[in-house]
Amino acid sequence: MSELFGNEAWWVIILKALLVFVVLVVFTLFNIWFERRVVARMQHRVGPNVWGPFGLLQSLADGVKLALKEEIFPKHAHKVVYFIAPVIATIPAFLAWAVIPFGPEVTIPFTDTVTPLQLTDMPVAVLYILAVTSIGVYGIVLGGWASGSTYSLLGGVRSSAQMISYEVAMGLSLVAVFIYAGSMSTSEIVAAQAEDTWFALPLLPSFIIYMIAMVGETNRAPFDLPEAEGELVGGFHTEYSSLKFALFFLAEYINMVTVSALATTMFLGGWRAPWGISQIDGANEGYWPVLWFLGKTLLFVFLFIWLRGSLPRLRYDQFMKFGWKVLIPASLAWIVVVCVMRRLIIDDDLDPTKILVVAGVLVVALLVVQFIPERRTPAVEAPEPDAFAGGFPVPPMPGKQPVAPSGAPVAPSGEKEA
Amino acid sequence: MTAVTVVFAAMGLVALVSAFLVVTSDQIIHAALWLVVTLGAVAGLYVLLAAELVAWVQVLIYMGSVVVLLLFALMLTRTPTGPGSATVTRNQPLATVVAGATTVALGAVMWAGFGGEVIDEDEVRVGTAARLGDAIFRTWVLPFEVLSVVLLAALVGAIVLTRRGER
Amino acid sequence: MTEYTPVLVLAAISGAFAVFSVLIAPLTGPKRYNRAKVDSYECGIEPTPQAAGGGRVPVKYFITAMLFIVFDVEIIFLYPFAVEFDLLGWFGIVEMLLFIATVFVAYVYVWRRGGLEWD
Repeated sequence: MSELFGNEAWWVIILKALLVFVVLVVFTLFNIWFERRVVARMQHRVGPNVWGPFGLLQSLADGVKLALKEEIFPKHAHKVVYFIAPVIATIPAFLAWAVIPFGPEVTIPFTDTVTPLQLTDMPVAVLYILAVTSIGVYGIVLGGWASGSTYSLLGGVRSSAQMISYEVAMGLSLVAVFIYAGSMSTSEIVAAQAEDTWFALPLLPSFIIYMIAMVGETNRAPFDLPEAEGELVGGFHTEYSSLKFALFFLAEYINMVTVSALATTMFLGGWRAPWGISQIDGANEGYWPVLWFLGKTLLFVFLFIWLRGSLPRLRYDQFMKFGWKVLIPASLAWIVVVCVMRRLIIDDDLDPTKILVVAGVLVVALLVVQFIPERRTPAVEAPEPDAFAGGFPVPPMPGKQPVAPSGAPVAPSGEKEA
Repeated sequence: MTAVTVVFAAMGLVALVSAFLVVTSDQIIHAALWLVVTLGAVAGLYVLLAAELVAWVQVLIYMGSVVVLLLFALMLTRTPTGPGSATVTRNQPLATVVAGATTVALGAVMWAGFGGEVIDEDEVRVGTAARLGDAIFRTWVLPFEVLSVVLLAALVGAIVLTRRGER
Repeated sequence: MTEYTPVLVLAAISGAFAVFSVLIAPLTGPKRYNRAKVDSYECGIEPTPQAAGGGRVPVKYFITAMLFIVFDVEIIFLYPFAVEFDLLGWFGIVEMLLFIATVFVAYVYVWRRGGLEWD
């Protein structure tokens, strides 16, 4: 960790903080456009292409339009909390970026001041990111509660339950990285990957678990249940309009980029050039690494969009079941494997590849176990499909025979009284 | 008086005032939100005391999950919104006695343990993860293992309470 | 603890931006009152007087949050352990295995009692 963090001239700190802010806002505007264009292409449409070259200014125009819309204060909304919630959601989203490394130490143009391309760093940087993003949950749960509307409340509660569920899997998947890097500081983790390899290779299961958890954590498709349009209209921000809605939207997109940047830093070597380019002299010096960093981050953003374009939404029970019954036990088991593996490598100088093979077999075995169907509860006799369930005529499910309406004295099978 | 001392005093004041508002506020949700402010100010105090890891653990565990648990708990009980939902209960005198006794007990422990001890600000050792890991996993092994049993008991308790009469 | 100064600066910038956006919104937008507009949005049907079930949520959310705290505590012990891993030796691994196993017993108990079911 560089000695410079926090000990720089005040104008350098303010300049870098402003740059992080601007980069995030511009990145968000770009991502909204990027998402709309890519999804449009996947659906054989064109997407926004009018404002600016390739429609690049579309999201800027949308932002201005939102600012010019009427602000609605719902009748049942809580006076103060309704206004604070978007602010609480936005600030932590920005703060997480304080410790993300964009590049190595560089000279600021027109001066001879040397500064790392990272706002700050601390020995517990990754814990800091997790802690700060967990505050963002308040913005959602309070926004949903303060609106005083059914859809908002359900969306807010669902959303927070989902985020805390997948935060566990995410936190557990990072343990293996810390074991390998011996540090929680982001700049040191990047440095450790320069000596070793990218952690995505030896810690592939962690990487996969992290990628699944990050989609759940950011409420993105196919895990976008809190915003399931068919069920909840817009989720926690149903009652929000104008710039307050824009703030929620901004926070959501920044969170998406944050988890992508964290994935880049933890597993894909951070700002260091990929193999092939890193052989060229100077690829890891000066301002070039910013390009590699943004490129890798954009790769994850594309993954998010790709998932959205391809997969249908999960049901809430399937989603929670997957998080708690598959991801968490799997990541705990993987941590145990990594502990033993790493210890053996340190102690006996064992061949890492041999251990990798054994570990791979174990993981495959675990996956196979996960696919064995659960023991069913003692087969309850399938209830006869009722053609008038709850008073409404409903068609029978496939493979079932309709029976007479309820109330009619039929029930030939030994059906118990409800 | 250094700048750190001033900030420390200000943080302490924020923690005290918001803690006071937790127990006096009219609506129970407001009390929960003031609790968040209190816990945040305490985390700030930890940072100023160079207990870095503890500070972020405070944010992650207390602000990020315990209060969320509280909010869920409030939302699953009676209508938690209206004013007057957090006013006087009959247990107030008892609560005062318990709180006072706790304060005295904690204060006495602190005084007995650290009374009169002076820490040199310049030689302060930052409470990093490595140092804490060393302390927990070498010196305080038994409390660490006992803690897992406490967690077990907490979960079993939660299940027993919420699943009562559902079998 | 000087490395926290930049965090405060970034917090000030983003906080100023967020507060400014919230405050400026009523000034930039139009104001046209309409009774239906300020009602809770419920897809056009007559809105319920307050959120469903009086704003109450199922007890499952409580259990989920409880489980989350327990695993969060486990995580924050795993982090210093991971950072110190190289120096702790086999003893450290055995310690941690015991810890994980005990918490796992709690997890299995919750699973068996149906605390993880959402249906």
